[in-house]
Amino acid sequence: MNFCFGKELLRICENEKIPISEAMLRREIHITGTDRGAARKIMERSYQVMKGAVKKAAENPRPSMGGLIGGEAAKMLARGQKTRPVCGAVLSRAAAYALGVMEVNASMGLIVAAPTAGSSGVIPGAFLAVQEEFGFSDEKMTDALFNTAAVGYLITRNATVSGAQSGCQAEVGAASAMAASALAEIMGASPDACLAAASSALSNMLGLVCDPIAGLVEVPCQKRNALGAANALVCAEMALSGIPELIPFDEMVDTLYHVGQRIPIELRETALGGVAASPTGQRLCSEIRSRG
Amino acid sequence: MKEISAFDVIGPVMIGPSSSHTAGALRIALLARKMFKPEIVRARFVLYGSFAETCSGHGIDKALTAGILGFEADDQRIPESFSYAREAGVGLEFSLDRETKDLHPNTADIYLTGRHGEKVLVRGVSLGGGRAEIRGIDGVEIKLSGDYYTIFIEHRDAPGIAAFITAKLSENHINIAFMRLYREGKGESAYTIIEADEEIPEAVVSDIEEHEHITSAILIR
Repeated sequence: MNFCFGKELLRICENEKIPISEAMLRREIHITGTDRGAARKIMERSYQVMKGAVKKAAENPRPSMGGLIGGEAAKMLARGQKTRPVCGAVLSRAAAYALGVMEVNASMGLIVAAPTAGSSGVIPGAFLAVQEEFGFSDEKMTDALFNTAAVGYLITRNATVSGAQSGCQAEVGAASAMAASALAEIMGASPDACLAAASSALSNMLGLVCDPIAGLVEVPCQKRNALGAANALVCAEMALSGIPELIPFDEMVDTLYHVGQRIPIELRETALGGVAASPTGQRLCSEIRSRG
Repeated sequence: MKEISAFDVIGPVMIGPSSSHTAGALRIALLARKMFKPEIVRARFVLYGSFAETCSGHGIDKALTAGILGFEADDQRIPESFSYAREAGVGLEFSLDRETKDLHPNTADIYLTGRHGEKVLVRGVSLGGGRAEIRGIDGVEIKLSGDYYTIFIEHRDAPGIAAFITAKLSENHINIAFMRLYREGKGESAYTIIEADEEIPEAVVSDIEEHEHITSAILIR
């Protein structure tokens, strides 16, 4: 059992009457020869690493290697405890957790590339906030990670998840689409609606450039991960409400790829354009590099 | 090309901040360590391109050191790898080459010295997602990723060596997925890299090493 496009995945889900997560798990067993227990165990560890990173940032914040970030998650969580966040509790926590994972990543802590290290905050942020809000089990969240993997696999296969190739739309955009689809599944959406959520999430991030100050995974990456988590929640909610996405997922993946090819090299992880090229971005860059 | 697994997408579990710069750098050094039999007492690194530009901010120096010590990409000791190297008696030196332009942007040269003065120069590149490839050894261009079960064989360029190696593998029912030969020049040092889908027993490798013209055969997993 294998699939190469969203429409093939949806056909399998319909014929077998299974969710996307189950289709991806069956594919994994088929292509690698592993068994269900072993595959779930690896995913379970990944989820625990994600949770560990969120916890670490909340309880023991550390400055990043480049010194541009550190302590943002704790600040946002502290405000959320004191008062009502303007964006609501779930969204505020999702964003804070995403910021936190990026702090852990940037200070040489343990994370799960999902799909990349630069976008590793999005899925843990969205997942943990929703898990807490609705009281879901770790088992349910682990299963849902297979849904994220299905979407991420299709984007990797048919476009790219590399910022150097296609900009931030391919990294945080992909992570956001993966989370949107999985959240929709967790909340009871059909496989069709899951891919609609993923397609909307990609669409909302089309054209986003990759412009890290000093080439480091700190600024603007950290806040974009928070945005990716928020985008995932919004897109899942739209799909769950029955709002259609006019552009099918496979076409949106192609669009992502073609837009990526038109993003100039300065805006693809080279630190030569965008935020990195702003006067402040350049000043911070030379300060970091003069430290060696 | 290998099928993309769920764990290529959700994974690797790694020490940040960058799969290409941190996990990939570590992987280059880990492969270099595996290709060099002697106990390592000294490692000198020359970094190029984006590796040179973002070395300390990405912890590339710490990641390379961790690889030389045999740590995997998810090892929580990576941030403190310098002190582990001191403890292990491994001398370290880093230099950044910002001038050389015509290389892959994430390239590292690693000069290793063994306990008894043995030396090797390994060049590696990071390919993204934590994957890496060795592109050169002692100035000879090679390709070795360690993605498969691999035997790395150093030998003299002499007739019959390839036949000897393949016969040994065939006797042991090992199917070769890929086989590549490289040499410095006619009759000089040469390298053969065998990649197989299934695990290669240690005994087969030491069997291959028996040949008079084969200097060393190393199993890389």
